Amino acid sequence: MEYVLPASLNDAIGLLAGAKGNAFVLAGGSDLLVRMKGDFIEPDLIVDIKGIGELAQIVQTADGFTVGSAVPCAVMGENTALRKAWPGVVEAANLIGSKQVQGRCTIAGNLCNASPAADSVPALVAAGARAVIAGPSGKRTIAVEDVPTGPGKTSLAKGEIVEAIVLDKRPSNSGDAYLRFIPRTEMDIAVVSAGVNLTLGADGAVASARVALGAVAATVLLVSEAADAIVGTRLDDTAMEKLAQACSAAASPIDDKRGTVHFRKKVAGVLATRAARIAYERAGGK
Amino acid sequence: MDFDPSYTAQQFKSVGTRPLRPDGVDKVTGRARYGADFNMPGQLVGRVLRSPHAHAIIRKIDTSKAEALKGVKAVVTAADLPDLTDGDADLYAILSNCMARDKAFYDGHAVAAVAAIDARTARRALKLIEIDYEVLPHVTDVDEAMKDSAPLLHESVFTDGVDPAPAKPSNVARRSQYGHGDVDAGFADADMVVERTYRTEQTHQGYIEPHACVASVNNDGTGELWVCTQGHFVYRQWCADLLGMDVSKLRVTSSEIGGGFGGKTHVWAEPVALALSRKAGRPVKLVMSRDEVFRASGPTSATSIDVKIGAKKDGTITAASATLRYTCGPWVGMWAELGAMTAFAPYDLKNVRTVGYEVLVNRPKVSAYRAPSAPMAAFAVESAVDELARKIGMDPVDFRIANVAKEGTRASYGPVYGPIGIGPTLEAVKEHPHMKAPLGKNQGRGMACGFWFNFGGQTCTDLNIGADGTVTIAVGTVDVGGSRASLSMVAAEELGIPYEQVKAIVADTSSLGYNDMTDGSRGTFSSSMATISAARNAIRIMRARAAQMWGIPVEDVVWEEGHAKAAGAKHGNLPPLSVREIAAAAGNTGGPIAGHSELVADGAGVSFATHICDIEVDPETGQTRVLRYTVVQDAGKAVHPTYVEGQYQGGAAQGIGWALNEEYIYGKDGRLQNPGFLDYRIPVCSDLPMIDTQILEIPNPNHPYGIRGVGETSIVPPLAAIANAVSNAVGVRMTHIPMSPPRILAALEAE
Repeated sequence: MEYVLPASLNDAIGLLAGAKGNAFVLAGGSDLLVRMKGDFIEPDLIVDIKGIGELAQIVQTADGFTVGSAVPCAVMGENTALRKAWPGVVEAANLIGSKQVQGRCTIAGNLCNASPAADSVPALVAAGARAVIAGPSGKRTIAVEDVPTGPGKTSLAKGEIVEAIVLDKRPSNSGDAYLRFIPRTEMDIAVVSAGVNLTLGADGAVASARVALGAVAATVLLVSEAADAIVGTRLDDTAMEKLAQACSAAASPIDDKRGTVHFRKKVAGVLATRAARIAYERAGGK
Repeated sequence: MDFDPSYTAQQFKSVGTRPLRPDGVDKVTGRARYGADFNMPGQLVGRVLRSPHAHAIIRKIDTSKAEALKGVKAVVTAADLPDLTDGDADLYAILSNCMARDKAFYDGHAVAAVAAIDARTARRALKLIEIDYEVLPHVTDVDEAMKDSAPLLHESVFTDGVDPAPAKPSNVARRSQYGHGDVDAGFADADMVVERTYRTEQTHQGYIEPHACVASVNNDGTGELWVCTQGHFVYRQWCADLLGMDVSKLRVTSSEIGGGFGGKTHVWAEPVALALSRKAGRPVKLVMSRDEVFRASGPTSATSIDVKIGAKKDGTITAASATLRYTCGPWVGMWAELGAMTAFAPYDLKNVRTVGYEVLVNRPKVSAYRAPSAPMAAFAVESAVDELARKIGMDPVDFRIANVAKEGTRASYGPVYGPIGIGPTLEAVKEHPHMKAPLGKNQGRGMACGFWFNFGGQTCTDLNIGADGTVTIAVGTVDVGGSRASLSMVAAEELGIPYEQVKAIVADTSSLGYNDMTDGSRGTFSSSMATISAARNAIRIMRARAAQMWGIPVEDVVWEEGHAKAAGAKHGNLPPLSVREIAAAAGNTGGPIAGHSELVADGAGVSFATHICDIEVDPETGQTRVLRYTVVQDAGKAVHPTYVEGQYQGGAAQGIGWALNEEYIYGKDGRLQNPGFLDYRIPVCSDLPMIDTQILEIPNPNHPYGIRGVGETSIVPPLAAIANAVSNAVGVRMTHIPMSPPRILAALEAE
């Protein structure tokens, strides 16, 4: 096994593109090391991107934020502007693992690990975040929901790395929120999760919304029917009921050690309504 | 020795105070040496290959490729651990569990092991071992395993304890029965009856430190074992028996212990490490991974329990019965029997009957877990008692008080109680402010009682007076809960010297006589008795030495406040001699001064507790939150109250985890789905409130200071207390532990 700490993105891409055998990117390593220690993978090459300066920054631009793929989630939590603009995304990032893990882990890594239960992904999908992907044949930008294609699988080609996650500038009267269900209070993995992002119109009703669910399908789901249920409303009881129903209907979970189909479908609706209320309040809704 | 262990009321100076524990700083600074912290020159890495099948015949094992791998120094299978058990069925079960023989009985059952120069080589070698399995149908569920149609684990097991003996083999290995009176007549007398079936899932002790050892066997038949254990003398006996070694030639040293709770009263990989070392001719270090700890060590039983209790309208219980079915793993235990013995222990019952069935299943071999078997029985019984109280319209505390066992009561498991603490804990709970605190929406309160026998057993302690008058005590009960502090306090109390002048160590098996394990809440009870006896023997010698120094008869020397004093007017002018002065002169008065004690600590006083718990339930998700928790328990005499409180809190914390989320989850393939702390959910700190404690002291008449064991009882009431709280919060009776959110939500929706 070879471990390399390249100094530039191009070097990292070159190493990955030329790798023989199993090559893995190490950002925080909070998933990779667990899989190695558990004897699930035996990498031939590990490319550590924490040494690449350009990937280790959060940049605020006129269009929003660019979060480099080596930025630890704890650093996101310390960025006041990001926290103010995208509180749901940041709270999701700061639920991953423990305080110690948050000092290492990244949202790009969380995305590329491609777990349907990843905490930051529903929040990113709801936020309409995009992934900037760099590879041997140049750069491309795709919606974050198009990165994972199934448990442990991504659409990235050989040699490609997620360079950054891009979050748009917020219209005023916007808010987002993320909630997950875990049997414990912390140090756990989502049994069901929901991210809601919405913007209010001048009339105070929801003008646009995105609702995403985690851990209820092979990938995180963007549920347009759920968004439709609350657009044009002030989250009255009927809208909330429709939102919950849409989420429960869209969810197609499995029975496993973490929860049952029935439980996940039901709680997906409960969490989505609760997250919607928080997002609505954050947007200034009354 | 003419040691009298009877209780005598006395004022204490050292006992009952709260000094710092001697092992504390080393533990929090990382200097303490746990099982995996021992190393030897030339040591190899041991790794175990485990069955992926729940039930399979092992047709053939080919280790040749692994043996040929560079860096591999030994490969062992069952052939390297020949059967030396000589018809001892319990020992044969231990042997078969350490290394599968003709059959693998559960997912994780050891089938081979390697010793190699490093972990990577050992891991590769495991992959090169070829095993030809014939996979058999399996059964993991207790009720399924009892059916005639169930896959049979052993053709040779016929239910024991049934008359006439059955003609067909079965997975029901043994039946046991306890009780007295006429249960049928009692139920006929009842105005109200509650009858229900309860289930609990299998849990693990969840000790943070995995099993770890370093084994070194020499070619002259001697060996050493450094190991994390609750009982190094017992480990020595089993390992020596299984490897055909002389007991006295195997020296076992116990490490600091990162939790055991009963799971370290059993050998798992230690005999395998010794066999690897014997074959390789080098020391072998073997540390189990968390996955291995869950799949192949120490869980408690999964259970299915029927309870029926009847009472008069005035609140008198007329009859009580229970049928308890407990899983044992692949070999018989006495787990259901312990459940049958403890189930109704808190109550004074005219008519009571309990029946236990030991059931064999394709799960790991069950080992003790803190008051083994009692929490599940208490969950079932205390749930039914609560429901019956409500049905009658009585307060659940008053209902229990009306039927409580007291001194002179014949226990449901046979003996007549001496002075016991169950009544006082109930009275204390009745008066506790917790019972009167207001509850909010979706909140419920529950309470429950619990019992544990406690144990005494064989104990040996040495007490040595140093030349400067300071004192070392060498004990043979592994310190799992602060007993070195407690025993130092007891030695200080008896000798009349400050606690700081006593140092306690846990001696290895070659330095001290045999001691039973630290189990049955016996560590402080039994070793304090031996320490008192050893100190009194040392005092006798010191009095004789003082008499010699003074030239007066020994009868005229008394021991007071750490000094020899000449009694009587005729010696009035002699200044007292301190321990230090007597010790300094020892070389001229007969040599070193020591006190020894070897005894069987009989009369471990039984232990009772009552717990109160407040829970909030989220009705939309089934999520629970423990809001408040109170433990009231009898300690006899709390030697070090802080560590007694720690035992109370620790048992409650484990019980909360068991009640709400912990469970072994098996797939249809019989494989354990959650062998790790991510999906086997023990509580984290933020899951628990501060657990309030109240220590009652009803002296044990069979101990000089009145001490009772305190370690285990605290895990007995929580399952029931929490189930009663959740049931009261949601208005639905919860009968399946753990009450995980999906189970609570399903129960709510079913209503």
